[in-house]
Parts: sequence; structure tokens; C-alpha cells
Amino acid sequence: MANKPRIKCMMTRTSTLMKSNQPTAQDAQSATQILKHGTPNSVPIKEVAVKASPQSDRMAWVTQMTAIRDDKDRSAFAEIFGHFAPRVKGFLMKSGASSDLAEDVTQEVMATLWRKAHMFDPTKASVSTWIFTIARNRRIDVLRKQRRPEPEDLPWGPEAEPDQEDVMALQQECEQLGEALAALPEKQKDLIVRAYYGDLTHNEIAEQTGLPLGTIKSRIRLALERLRHQMK
Amino acid sequence: MTEIRHHLTDALMIGYCAGTLPEGFNLVVATHISLCDECRARMHEFESVGGEILADELPQAMSDQSLSDTLDMIEAGDIAEQAASAYIRPETTNLAQSSSNVPLPLQDYIGSDLDKVKWRKVGGGVKQAILKTSKTASVRLLHIPAGAAVPDHGHRGTELTLVLQGAFSDETDRFGAGDIEVANEDLNHQPVAEAGVDCICLAATDAPLRFNSWIPRIAQPFLRI
Repeated sequence: MANKPRIKCMMTRTSTLMKSNQPTAQDAQSATQILKHGTPNSVPIKEVAVKASPQSDRMAWVTQMTAIRDDKDRSAFAEIFGHFAPRVKGFLMKSGASSDLAEDVTQEVMATLWRKAHMFDPTKASVSTWIFTIARNRRIDVLRKQRRPEPEDLPWGPEAEPDQEDVMALQQECEQLGEALAALPEKQKDLIVRAYYGDLTHNEIAEQTGLPLGTIKSRIRLALERLRHQMK
Repeated sequence: MTEIRHHLTDALMIGYCAGTLPEGFNLVVATHISLCDECRARMHEFESVGGEILADELPQAMSDQSLSDTLDMIEAGDIAEQAASAYIRPETTNLAQSSSNVPLPLQDYIGSDLDKVKWRKVGGGVKQAILKTSKTASVRLLHIPAGAAVPDHGHRGTELTLVLQGAFSDETDRFGAGDIEVANEDLNHQPVAEAGVDCICLAATDAPLRFNSWIPRIAQPFLRI
């Protein structure tokens, strides 16, 4: 808990945002803005932020998730919705959903993000990874009409509030993973993307190797070891 | 538990994390991950790749009222949750389940006690229990008496075999509790349970097995394997 004020100082962007538990005219306004520009911020500000550091964007999303979890912060939700909902919709449409179905499922995915905000662990996943897993599970329910058995969860230890250095390190490595994927030869990248959209058979996936996982490997093992240690 | 030596392949990991495997395979993978921290870590890695692919996705415009509709949906859900809050179970119930010999994902299919599974004899002392999943893959529990062999067989598709209790060996290696064998069309094998403890496995195939002697082949439609 002691770490929370540190996040808020670091991320001054969110401290200026309005906080409210009720829908307001501003929510509606930002909704309209999202649809026009794809993000609730005005476009120039967003572009500056991206150029300055994609890393700070990732940390801002983590902070917004904390605000949704702790304060039911609607403007933080609007920011995440503005950035990710159109991408989730794109993901679902590429997976075979019609535009209308993708729209509905995306809304369910984003509502799940709100309801399960307390389960997001930023030492193990970036916000986009977490949203990906929610969208994937809804895709299996809705498009494939199957159950998806999940592994037994590791329970949270007594120190439920993660260390900020661990959070930043993991978010940074996700950024590097994204860059490494982008830097792959077009053909290999295309294969990986198609595997994730379900466009390859099991044998086709087996033939392609070598994901550029890099340092994220050791970071995730560290997080899990710590969790195991806390459980003892 | 002894150390797990046989893990999931990258292709299964991608399929599981992308959500493209048949339900029966998902069940075997999720059960293995529940037992294996190495593959749990790999699951997070492969999900991170999915996260980066999503982050790189071309945005598709949402409708004008989508955010306010979603907030309405959340509000309706929050009200329902408050009303039901007295009955909400804790999200992690591991302590209660720690006495079970069945990993949590499998409990949804067979209950919490391996000793209470309803087995059917398939010959040679081997027993099986077919689990109910979608038809895209068949999944069953196999009970092989200590020292006994499963009939020699090949596969048309992929066969996953996860050891829950005891151990077996075949032409490729020894497989103990928590180990998973991933067999494809190229493997013709005859698993033999180790002496001592009966071997219980969770096995899934996406195509019928091909037995190499004529008796099991005739029996195949009746065994549903």
C-alpha cells in the first residue's frame, strides 16, 4: 500500500484527470472524442507522449488500472477504453467476428477489465497482455463456443501491492518484446501473428520457431519465484 | 513431487495462449501448467507476445455510444454484485483444494477425487474414463495397472499424455508424475506402467488412435478411442 503515492507522483498525467463514480457529460464527450481520434486525449498531446517515451504510456496504463481498481475511476477507464477498445475490436474482426458482434464483445471485454481490475498483476503482464487474455477468452466463448480450462491460480501473497521497480522492469521488457517482434523479418512476423489469430494449423505452428522473448523470460520467472516464496 | 522433465512444446504453448486448441487439449495443457512452474512462466511469456500483437493491431472505430454503453453495463453489474456480495466466494480457494489429488482445471470434469472416477475396462487390466468435452478432440483418463502395457498404437493426429500418478516408459523415455508426452504421427509406441504404483494418465487426441494388432482395431469403435 505504501507504494501507491509513488505511482501517482510519477504519473502526473493522471493526477489532473477528473475522478467521479458517476457518468457525466465529460464521459460522454470523451466517448465521442475516442471515436473520432481513437484516444480520449487530444491527438497532439498523445503524439508528444508517444515520441517522448512509449514506456511512459505503458506505466500510465498500469496507473489507470490501479485507479480503476481502487477508485472506480471512470476517466481512467475512458483512457484505457479509448486506446484499447478499437484494437480489441480489430483483433476480434480479424478472428472472424462481424463488425456488430466484435463491437458487442469488445464492450463485454472492457466491462470485464473493470470488474476484474483487482486481479491484474503488473509484475507479470502489461495492460495490453491482460486485455489480450480477456479478449481471447471471450473469443473462445463466443466464436468457438467452447470451454477453456484455466490453470490453477497462484494465490496472492501477503504483500499484495507489487514493488514499483518490478512493475517498471516488466513493462519495459514488454516494450522491448514489442520492438523485437516489430524488427523480425516480415515473413516470420506474419507467421507469428497468424498463429495468434488461429490461421495456422498445429503442424504449421510447430514448423515455425524462435519467438524473440529476450529478457522477459527471467523477469517472469523471478515474479513467480517470489510468489511461490510468499506462499510458503 | 519429482522434478518435471517433459514439458509442453512451443507449438502447444502458442495454441493454448492464442486460444486456438480444441477444448480437450486445453484441459491437458491447463492441468500440466497447474503442476509445472516452468510452463506457467512460459505461458506468461507467450501471452505477452499476444499482448504485443494486440497493441500493434489496426484500430477499428467503435460506435458513438460504446463507452457510455459499457459504463452502463458495468454499473448494472456492480449493483448485481452488491446484492450478491454476501454469497461471493473468494477467488482463490487453493487452501480448500490442497487436500485433493486432482489439479483444479481437471476437477471441473472429474470431481476432486481420483479414487472416485467411474472406470470402464478396456482389456489387459487397463481402464479408462472418457471425459465430456467438445468433439474437436477426445480426452480420457487412463488407469494402467503397475507393470501393465497399453496396446501398441500409432496416431493420425497429435496425442498428449499427462501423468497424474505413477509413471510409464515407452520407446522414447520415462514419464513420471507431471510429465507430458507429445506424440505425433511419426511415433508408434507402447507405453508400459512402472512397477509399484498404478499409473493414471490424462490423455487427449485430435484423431482416433491406430492400434497395430487387429483385435484392438476391431474393438476401436466400441472403446471410442
